[in-house]
Amino acid sequence: MNAPAVAPSVLAPAPASEAVLAARDLSFAHPGIGTVFEGVSLSIRRREIVALLGSSGCGKSTLLRVLAGLAQPAHGEVRFLDAPLAEPHPRSALVFQQPSLLPWLKLADNVGFGLDFAHQPRSDGAARQARVAAALEAVGLAGREAAYPAQLSGGMAQRAALARALAREPELLFADEPFSALDAITRAEMQALLVDVVHRWHSAVLLVTHDIDEALLVADRILLMGGSPGRVLREWTVDLPHPRDAHPEALTALRLAILGALRHSS
Amino acid sequence: MVLNLLLPLAGLLAAALLWAAGAGWLAGVTPVASAFAPLATGEALLQLVHGRDLWEHVWLSLQRVAVGLLIALVLGVPLGVLTGLSAGFSRATTPLFQFARMISPLSWMPIAVMVLGVGDAPVYFLLAFAAVWPILLNTAAGVAQLDPNWLLLARSLSATRRETILRVILPGITAHILTGVRLAIGIIWIVLVPAEMLGVSAGLGYFILDARDRLAYSDLMAAILVIGALGYLLDHAARSLHRRWLHA
Ligand SMILES: Nc1ncnc2c1ncn2[C@@H]1O[C@H](COP(=O)(O)OP(=O)(O)O)[C@@H](O)[C@H]1O
Ligand SMILES: [Mg+2]
Repeated sequence: MNAPAVAPSVLAPAPASEAVLAARDLSFAHPGIGTVFEGVSLSIRRREIVALLGSSGCGKSTLLRVLAGLAQPAHGEVRFLDAPLAEPHPRSALVFQQPSLLPWLKLADNVGFGLDFAHQPRSDGAARQARVAAALEAVGLAGREAAYPAQLSGGMAQRAALARALAREPELLFADEPFSALDAITRAEMQALLVDVVHRWHSAVLLVTHDIDEALLVADRILLMGGSPGRVLREWTVDLPHPRDAHPEALTALRLAILGALRHSS
Repeated sequence: MVLNLLLPLAGLLAAALLWAAGAGWLAGVTPVASAFAPLATGEALLQLVHGRDLWEHVWLSLQRVAVGLLIALVLGVPLGVLTGLSAGFSRATTPLFQFARMISPLSWMPIAVMVLGVGDAPVYFLLAFAAVWPILLNTAAGVAQLDPNWLLLARSLSATRRETILRVILPGITAHILTGVRLAIGIIWIVLVPAEMLGVSAGLGYFILDARDRLAYSDLMAAILVIGALGYLLDHAARSLHRRWLHA
């Protein structure tokens, strides 16, 4: 397995150069429809899990697309690993709400799908295989390499989508409500799995969610987005070790604070 | 299960009885019609199947089907992809395509022969012209139904246009293309026989006219049965291809 060695989650504040992503004063508008968000500045440190929390329609997905280089901001700048971002970075990866596996490819080829495009760092046969195997192993799908997506349950398909992102060994994983289509039990499993694998892979995460509990259970830092046009209204640091359910009182206090802020903002 | 086999057989048997009754009645009016009867046709069919002639005509016709289908694919798939991807192109061409699609390909026949000369070329043209529309329209529908997240995924991998088309769009629309192919084969098979009645000297359409000129009416009926059976088999093959792709 070529996964990086297990490392403790790093919560200590890091110098600015440790930022994997830094966005300054972003705004975005759909032509003729209006401004979706404005004045958004944020940064994500290496290995940090950041939740972007907000109600539906507040512009989270749009912001994620701008931060991932899939859309250009009307104003402001996104920097990835200290360089301006004009298109999706090879060291980033995406997971969506739907697994969106390619139904004509076997599982192993789906997981390796992000590894052989012209603008990606090429990895030859053996290295590619090792990455795919490590990612499948990490999400608990080892042995299912030859299965087709139609043969996987919803939870398994979303694990495969996570493996596809991990195989790229991303510095930053963008996840847009990745678990909101799953049942509650599977969702809880996947949240724990996400924390586990991104720690092992030394990846940072930007997790878009409208679920306060998901943000509390997973994130090192929570950004609350709201308003019209959208802005980052507040942020909280969740300074608790994983698994978080071992600290119900602290979580409840934070939950109440976030709910209060939500009520205030609407 | 047994019923699944018995009912179609009963239908075929009923049709054969009606056929025998009709031919018998017609023979009372014109004696020549007895050559159309099932028994006479069966005898002719046996002879034809054991000879070489029929198979040469069949082989030529099938080759024409393949060439016509190939041309239709080469033209229809790229045009369909373009139609599905570009709203402007789609709007510019939809009325034209809907218009051209409704013209019976056979009405082009005299012009095709005039421009392309006698021989195989006008037949290829007519077959391709008949088959291109279902392929084009199904391809365009397939592109329109692609999962937007697949395209987003391709963009997030900074895929080039070529990579996006070859690795996401084409495999993503293959099921739709195969549906188009199945419809196209049905249309080609129907257009083939009349198309082969002009300017060529072999093929099933030619064989029908030749049988008429030879007054070999039993051969003519036998050829009709062969055309039906081959069409059935072609459609069956296209269906199972479609099913196999979806299974994967
Ligand atoms: N392609 C689009 N064209 C026009 N408006 C859009 C488009 N996508 C999203 N919007 C609008 O932008 C706003 C933010 O959408 P989105 O970023 O998807 O919110 P969220 O992910 O927080 O639910 C919504 O009001 C939505 O209607
Ligand atoms: Mg969204």
